[in-house]
Amino acid sequence: MSAAGAVRVFVPRDAAALGMGADQTARAILAEAKHRGIGVELIRNGSRGLLWLEPLVEVDVAGTRMAYGPVNAHDVPGLFDAGFTSGKAHALAHGATEQIPYFKKQERLTFARVGLTDPRSLGDYLAHGGYRGLKAALALEPGDIVAAVTASGLRGRGGAAFPAGIKWKTVLGAPGAPKYVVCNADEGDSGTFSDRMLMEGDPFVLIEGMTIAGLAVGATQGYIYLRWEYPQAKVALQAAIAAARAAEYLGPDVQGSGKAFELEVRMGAGAYICGEETSLLESLEGKRGQVRFKPPLPAVEGLFGKPTVINNVITFASVPVILDRGAEFYQHFGMGRSRGTLPMQLAGNIKHGGLVEVAFGVTLREILYDYGGGSFSGRPIRAVQVGGPLGSYLPESQFDTPLDYEAFAAIKGMLGHGGIVAFDDSVDMAAQARYAMEFCAIESCGKCTPCRIGSTRGVEVIDRLLAGDNAAKQEAVLRDLCETLTYGSLCALGGLTPYPVISALNHFPEDFVKPLRTSSAAG
Amino acid sequence: MSKQATRRVIPIQVERPSTLTEIERAAVLDACARLKELPGALLPVLHAVQEALTFVPKDAVPLIARELNLSIAEVHGVVTFYHYFLQERPGRSLVHVCRAEACQALGSVALEAHVKSSLGIDYHGTTSDGAITLEPVYCLGNCALGPSMMIDQQLHGRVTPERFDALLASRRDRA
Repeated sequence: MSAAGAVRVFVPRDAAALGMGADQTARAILAEAKHRGIGVELIRNGSRGLLWLEPLVEVDVAGTRMAYGPVNAHDVPGLFDAGFTSGKAHALAHGATEQIPYFKKQERLTFARVGLTDPRSLGDYLAHGGYRGLKAALALEPGDIVAAVTASGLRGRGGAAFPAGIKWKTVLGAPGAPKYVVCNADEGDSGTFSDRMLMEGDPFVLIEGMTIAGLAVGATQGYIYLRWEYPQAKVALQAAIAAARAAEYLGPDVQGSGKAFELEVRMGAGAYICGEETSLLESLEGKRGQVRFKPPLPAVEGLFGKPTVINNVITFASVPVILDRGAEFYQHFGMGRSRGTLPMQLAGNIKHGGLVEVAFGVTLREILYDYGGGSFSGRPIRAVQVGGPLGSYLPESQFDTPLDYEAFAAIKGMLGHGGIVAFDDSVDMAAQARYAMEFCAIESCGKCTPCRIGSTRGVEVIDRLLAGDNAAKQEAVLRDLCETLTYGSLCALGGLTPYPVISALNHFPEDFVKPLRTSSAAG
Repeated sequence: MSKQATRRVIPIQVERPSTLTEIERAAVLDACARLKELPGALLPVLHAVQEALTFVPKDAVPLIARELNLSIAEVHGVVTFYHYFLQERPGRSLVHVCRAEACQALGSVALEAHVKSSLGIDYHGTTSDGAITLEPVYCLGNCALGPSMMIDQQLHGRVTPERFDALLASRRDRA
C-alpha cells in the first residue's frame, strides 16, 4: 500500500462516520485518485470525535493532518480540483485537525490515539506509545500495579465511579482460582458512545488495560461483553485480539513473562440491564440477565462464582497511561475526588456533537456552548440530561455545575458514563418523564417488585396526571411511587429511574399541567 | 455393566414432533457442536443460530436444551429475555429504529410515526410482502448524529422521513 510518494488520506471507519457515508466517500476518493493518476494511501482510522464533521477526511501534508469535512462522495471531485491532496483551501477545509479549537482545547489521555492511528495496526499502536504501560506493569509486583491504579485516583467510568484500585485490591486478595477480568462494553446509555469510539478507534488500548488488570489480580482469562448494536467494534476488537495474540501480547506467555492472559469477545443480545455488572455476569454465564443480590461482590464471587474484576471500557483503557506515565501524572488532572479526565459525549440536539475528553471540573455550560456551540436546531437549550436514561434532567439554572461526581450528586444528578443529551425548547418534559418510566418497564429484569411493577404503574400515574384526573393526588402518588423505586429496588435501573421523572417534575412543572398540552399523553 | 447397557431410558416428557426443516436442524446442531464447550455457551449458540437462520425457531429450543444439557425452560427463558433474539422469521430486511433520548431530542418520535405509517406496521411487525420487519432499539451509540436507525446491521445517521423513504426504496429494489 505505502507506495513511495503516495498521499496519505484518512477516512474514518468509525460507525458514526459510516452512518454518514464514510465508505462511499472512501470509495470515491480511491476512484477519483485512480482516475487522475494520483497515488493515494487510504487509511481507515477511528474518529477524531468531531462528529458533526463526519465523514472527516484528513490528508497528511508534510506530517500535519489537514481536515476536510463533512465530505460526501459527491464532494470528492471538487476536493481533488482544489488540490486537497496537498492541503489546499476548499469550502470544506478546516485547517490542521489538531488546531481546530474543539480538538485543541481537549486533554486527551485515554483517547490519545483514537482517530490518529490505524486501529488494525499493532505497529501503529506501538509507534504511538502503545504497550508501554504493559511493559511497566510487567516489571512490577501485582500489589504494586494495584497500588499505582489506586494512587491515580481512577474511578470506574461506567457510571458508579467506584475507585478501580480498591476493586482490584479486593480481587487480588480474594481466594479462588481461576480469576477473571471482565470488560463491560454494554454501553446502553442513550447519549453515550465513548466506549464504541474507543473500541473501534483504538482497540489495543483496551486489550492492554485488561492485560494489565490480569497481571494485577492474577487472572488469566478476560471477556469483553459487547452489545450487539456495535458490529464494527466487534470486528475491530477481534482483529486487534488476533494481532496481539500473534505478537504474544496475549496468550500463554505474555511477552516472555511466563504469565498467561487470554481474551474473548462475547456478544450481548439487546438488554439494557446487562450493563449492570451482576446481570452482565449472569448473561456471560449463559443465563437471563437478572440482577444478583450483593453481597457477595463480584470481586469475591463473580463470573462462574470466581473472583472477578469487572470494569467499563474507559476504565480499563485509562490504565495503560497510568502505568506508563505514573499515577501522579494522571492524578494531577481533575478536581476534588474526581481525578484524571472524563471523555464526555455531547449528544442530542447540539450543533457540534462529539467526544470531548477533558479533566473533571469544566462546567456543563462550557461543554454545551464553548464546545457544543448551542443547539442543532438553533433554538434555546431548555433541558439537558446528563448520565444516560437514568440521569436527571437539568434546567438552565444548573448549567454552571462543574463536571465532578460529587458536584452532580449534590444537585441530585449523576455524571454516569459522561453522556450529555441536549434538548431545545420544543421538548415536552412530561413526555420525557413518561418515557423514563416506559423504558424502565421495557428493560426491567423483573427480579424486584418496585422496578418490575412500579415502572408500569408509573406510566399509568403519569398518564392520569396529564389527563388532569385529580392532578394533585396523582402527583402525590407519583412522588410516593418514585420513593419506593428509589429505596426498594435491587439495582440502579429501578433505583435511578425516579431521577429523570422527579427532576422533570420539579424543574419543568409547567409541562405537567394539562389538558392544554395533550400531545404526549397517548405516547 | 450389562444391566446398564440394556436399560431403557424412558423420557419424562415425550419430545414433540419438530417442525424444523432439515437445514434448520442441521444449523442448530452445527452451532451447538461448535460452541457447546465454551463456558456459558448458551448466548453464543443462540447468536450462531440466529446468524444462520435469521431467527431462533421455537422448535430449536428443545434441541438446543438437549445438546447443551439444559432444561427447555432454561433455554426458553433466555431466548425470551433478550430483545435481540427473534422467535419468528423476520422480513428480508430488519429495520431497527432508535427510540432513546438523544434521538428523541432530534425528532425521532416523528420519524417513528412516519416509519410505522409508511410501512403499515407497528414494532415487532412484518410487512405483508415479507420485505421489512420493524424493531425498536434503545441506543445505537450514534447519539451526536441522530435520529439513527440500523438497517440490516448498517447504521444510518441524521435520518429524516425523506431519507428513510429513499433508504427503503433502495432496499426494496434490491430484494
